[in-house]
Amino acid sequence: MIEIKDIYKSFSGNDVLQGISGKFEEGVTNLIIGGSGSGKTTLLKCMVGLHQPDSGSVLYDGRDFTPMTYEQRIEVRKEIGMLFQGSALFDSMTVEENIMFPLNMFTDQSRKEKLERVDFCLERVNLAGKNKLFPAELSGGMKKRVGIARAISMNPKYLFCDEPNSGLDPKTSIVIDELIQEITEEYKTTTIVVTHDMNSVMGIGDYILFLHEGKKFWEGSNKEIAHTDIKELNDFVFASRFMKAAKDKF
Amino acid sequence: MNFTNFGRYILLLKSVFRKPEKLKIYLKEIAKQMDYVGVGSLGLIAIISTFIGAVMTLQIAFQLVSDFIPKTIIGSVNRDSSILELSPTISAIVLAGKIGSAISSEIGSMRVTEQIDALEIMGINAPGYLILPKIISGITMVPMLVIISMFLSITGGYLGGSLSGAVTPAEYIQGITTDFNPYTIVVALVKAFVFGFIITSVPAYEGFYVRGGALEVSQASTRAVVISCISILVCDYLVTQLLL
Repeated sequence: MIEIKDIYKSFSGNDVLQGISGKFEEGVTNLIIGGSGSGKTTLLKCMVGLHQPDSGSVLYDGRDFTPMTYEQRIEVRKEIGMLFQGSALFDSMTVEENIMFPLNMFTDQSRKEKLERVDFCLERVNLAGKNKLFPAELSGGMKKRVGIARAISMNPKYLFCDEPNSGLDPKTSIVIDELIQEITEEYKTTTIVVTHDMNSVMGIGDYILFLHEGKKFWEGSNKEIAHTDIKELNDFVFASRFMKAAKDKF
Repeated sequence: MNFTNFGRYILLLKSVFRKPEKLKIYLKEIAKQMDYVGVGSLGLIAIISTFIGAVMTLQIAFQLVSDFIPKTIIGSVNRDSSILELSPTISAIVLAGKIGSAISSEIGSMRVTEQIDALEIMGINAPGYLILPKIISGITMVPMLVIISMFLSITGGYLGGSLSGAVTPAEYIQGITTDFNPYTIVVALVKAFVFGFIITSVPAYEGFYVRGGALEVSQASTRAVVISCISILVCDYLVTQLLL
């Protein structure tokens, strides 16, 4: 479980996060949603340590991450897997080398064991046999899946996904969402997905935290999100004509 | 670089020299970088050094028109100029353009495509993994390239002098073997070591802290080459002042 307590973060006097708190349980897909500039990616970066919060704490199963030293953070980070918005695959490495990279760095497994793990991860994301391709040879959806395969190669306890559907067609987006949900349930990971994609919200949002202008406005599940009186949330959820029409119909 | 940048540069270097996560992987990366910096630059350095040596001979011959000055001086002047200044400094400036811009744009691209963030999330010391192999390859391969450059520059002088008739081969060889002070080689290698560090660390710093996109990466690359060249010239003066 990951718990965030009263996170504040500002950049050059601009308050991006203002006292965000929340609890993200393991085995369920947790979503952080909000419009552009609402602070969701900054919150994610504070949680994984790419940004240092001005105040507040991030607890990984009770371990406070924010005051940790560099060496202590390394130990927690070995338990973290992350899928980046642009996949962030290493250009100079093949798919196989990308997935094997954390295994090479942190395990003493034999090459055979590592290759077996790579094959397992690729099979899990339905990309078996694509070992020797370079990132430049992959489509956007394939890159995301390789990103997921790399993120799960070390059996992470915590999985972070930053806008996993950005730049993907609706069908591929659903494939990625389902994959994230399956992995979360199968490996009981604490999964946090940052998104503004309403298909993801309605499809996999077991727990949703809604941010608006750097503040937490609402939390709940995808079953509750369509039935709130919060104007800011409704403006976000029903921004598209399709969602408005669906609301009016039901 | 202003003081803030200089401070950040020092802090970055501090993280570069942290203990590697796995030495074997770092050694593999160092070998790759040595191949790129050393073998990859050999052709360019060979061409530049040979021609500079040849042109130096012709120009010295052109300026030494007095009958009172023996032509063997041409060889001596060419030798000392090549060893002390031309080979280390010109090679370093050329390498700053070739290697420096490549390092800066490689690391900068990794930054803007979140590859550096990915390394950090995995628990890898990104400055160490990305920059340390480049610095080690710089401080080892640049001195080697400078040694080759010295040899080729003096050889180029020989060829230029012989082909043009500005100096006979016998006079040139006599010139380069007379009053040779081996200490000049030490000075040149100290310079090469310092330049090798600058050529790799300054562009790495510029690339590592890039924010934005393709435009910012290219700007960082240009800045890296300019700052490296200026730093090379300043350090050239300081090392010469200290050691000679």
